[in-house]
Amino acid sequence: MEVLKIATAGSVDDGKSTLIGRILYDTKSLTTDKLEAIEKTSKQRGYDYLDFSLATDGLVAEREQGITIDVAHIYFSTPKKSYIIADTPGHVEYTRNMVTGASTSQASIILIDARKGVIEQTNRHFFINNLLRIKDVVVAINKMDLVDYSEDVYNKIKADFEELMSKRDYQDQSISFIPVSALKGDNVVNASKNMPWYKGETLLDHLEKLDKADIFNVGTPRFPVQYVIRPKTEEYHDFRGYAGKVYGGNLSVGDEVVVLPSLTKSKIKEIYFYDQKYETASRRSSVTITLEDDVNVSRGDMIVKADDLPTIEKQFTANVCWMDSKQLTPGAKYIVQHGINKVLAKVDNIHHKIHPDYSGIEEEVSGLGMNDIAQVSFKLNKPIYYDKFKNHRTNGSFIIIDTQSNNTVGAGFIQ
Amino acid sequence: MKKDTSYINALENEAIYIIREVAAQFEKPVLLFSGGKDSITLVRLAQKAFYPAKIPFPLMHIDTGHNFPETIEFRDRLVEELGLELIVRNVQDSIDQGKVKEESGRYASRNMLQTTTLLDAIEEFKFDACIGGARRDEEKARAKERIFSVRDDFGQWDEKNQRPELFDMLNGEIDLGQNVRVFPISNWTELDVWSYIEKENIEIPSIYFAHKRKVFLRDGLIWSAEDGVVYRDEEEEVIEEMVRFRTVGDMSCTAAVLSEASTITKVVEEIRDSSISERGARIDDKRSEAAMEKRKQQGYF
Repeated sequence: MEVLKIATAGSVDDGKSTLIGRILYDTKSLTTDKLEAIEKTSKQRGYDYLDFSLATDGLVAEREQGITIDVAHIYFSTPKKSYIIADTPGHVEYTRNMVTGASTSQASIILIDARKGVIEQTNRHFFINNLLRIKDVVVAINKMDLVDYSEDVYNKIKADFEELMSKRDYQDQSISFIPVSALKGDNVVNASKNMPWYKGETLLDHLEKLDKADIFNVGTPRFPVQYVIRPKTEEYHDFRGYAGKVYGGNLSVGDEVVVLPSLTKSKIKEIYFYDQKYETASRRSSVTITLEDDVNVSRGDMIVKADDLPTIEKQFTANVCWMDSKQLTPGAKYIVQHGINKVLAKVDNIHHKIHPDYSGIEEEVSGLGMNDIAQVSFKLNKPIYYDKFKNHRTNGSFIIIDTQSNNTVGAGFIQ
Repeated sequence: MKKDTSYINALENEAIYIIREVAAQFEKPVLLFSGGKDSITLVRLAQKAFYPAKIPFPLMHIDTGHNFPETIEFRDRLVEELGLELIVRNVQDSIDQGKVKEESGRYASRNMLQTTTLLDAIEEFKFDACIGGARRDEEKARAKERIFSVRDDFGQWDEKNQRPELFDMLNGEIDLGQNVRVFPISNWTELDVWSYIEKENIEIPSIYFAHKRKVFLRDGLIWSAEDGVVYRDEEEEVIEEMVRFRTVGDMSCTAAVLSEASTITKVVEEIRDSSISERGARIDDKRSEAAMEKRKQQGYF
């Protein structure tokens, strides 16, 4: 069994929360007390149906306005998989939340209202999924009940979306189309009787069949050192362990490694997970490793295989998504957090703004506002050890922190 | 049936990563320990994160004075066995100092009063990061919570202005006086925690298992009639039932469930088949639809 993280994106009123509620309901993941609360509130508001969006819209302001403001996390499981859904808002002004939700997800669902078809928001959602290199995207064409379950409507929307796909940057993305009605439950968990023309999988069947190896980006091993463990007890007097999470690929005892930035060579001596020793540390495991030689390693350093070094540079160019109301301007200084490593960075140049709806780029940019996406170069006070985002999702991404407010004000994907 | 628990490894690796980030990014972290299964799980995860070194931060228990005695015994034994530092701060002291007023009546609880004692303790020890066992699946306002959640000088949660969290990069930059609440098991469900406890063979307080207890019924919930903490009307009849607790919060707001599950394996089976949510037995959440969001804004954990 595995954990699959999915991001959902849709425009206002596309029925995203209803879809999630429907999944929870049909997989029997809603407990009696939660269901009772939904029934009660739906009745109070005079609805003649169950408003499943009440299951996910957790903040008072959201329930009042009937919209999703913040990323909500929803959990359910089937005998095959454990699922975590990051439910992200669809409004233009919440693009940053969409980027956030997509950054931790391996698959994504884009919702389209069958009555409206592909709209500017759809372009934007698809663009972000493509920018973040989400491997598996499901286009759920919702509210099919309101267009008489028409195959023509479905085909028209599919054709429009396919046109969009020709413009994408990341061509290996796998995209599937499913006609659904979240409100009535067609093709969400249970196959629809109303659309005999559709021979494909239901949404849940599709998610259940996604293969782990397919949806994760695999690269080369990178081991950023989070914490140096020195027990200083009698038994472990000389123990120096480097704690961290393995990204991209596996590391094994005996591997010849290099410590960055010092470029010191050594070999992996032991791999610990708690009180057990292992021969191999697999991708995404939080282990502690020791080295053969007594080398100087501290937090922020990176251990990599000797024959596969990342780029070690004091500058880089990246696609940046800006997330703050205060503008990013050339010359401004920020903290760049690359993985766990923090460096001071200066904006060298904003090359161009990229319209996230595939309508082109804009040159001559003086600054970036909230939700803008642009190609930006940075100069750093210390080198970082990076890969291109397209080769390594973790080692090719970073966040930007404002030195005054301490807020996370942007995210970037190194080119 | 042999259960597949491999997916928990992913959650465990994530939690260990988060706990290590706390130790690395903050000067004075603390692990908030209630004696409940979630905080016991956190202790195990912290042990794993730093082995063979000891956990590099203390535990702190905000004692409402209404804890199940089994929980306190358990707490003291755990701390002793693992050689950890334990700080205890009492809600009773906050009441005695006149900082908070004890609620009265049928639904009187010290659950809300904890917040003041907690915020005072954070200030007293200058803690800059408090690790807690809250999970996003518990409650819908908690579903919006970040892993590193910044609190201002007043301990308040600004839910509309939260820092975005991308990939697994955690931004622990804060100003003096601010602190961060950290939730390493954010992405775990109740069933995940129980499955982990089973898989790791972690000891937990006995009240989590089915036992005979004197109880009474109110509002469809089962309340403990022992220890005299929960207010009971004369006409509310005391009966003896086989029960267990799904959470071990303040006794005054934690109801029991009927259960025959006397072993961890049976508890896991029971949770898997359960049709009522964990916090369904917490009266504090039933006060209103936005009860948790309001408490969180005020600094509740």
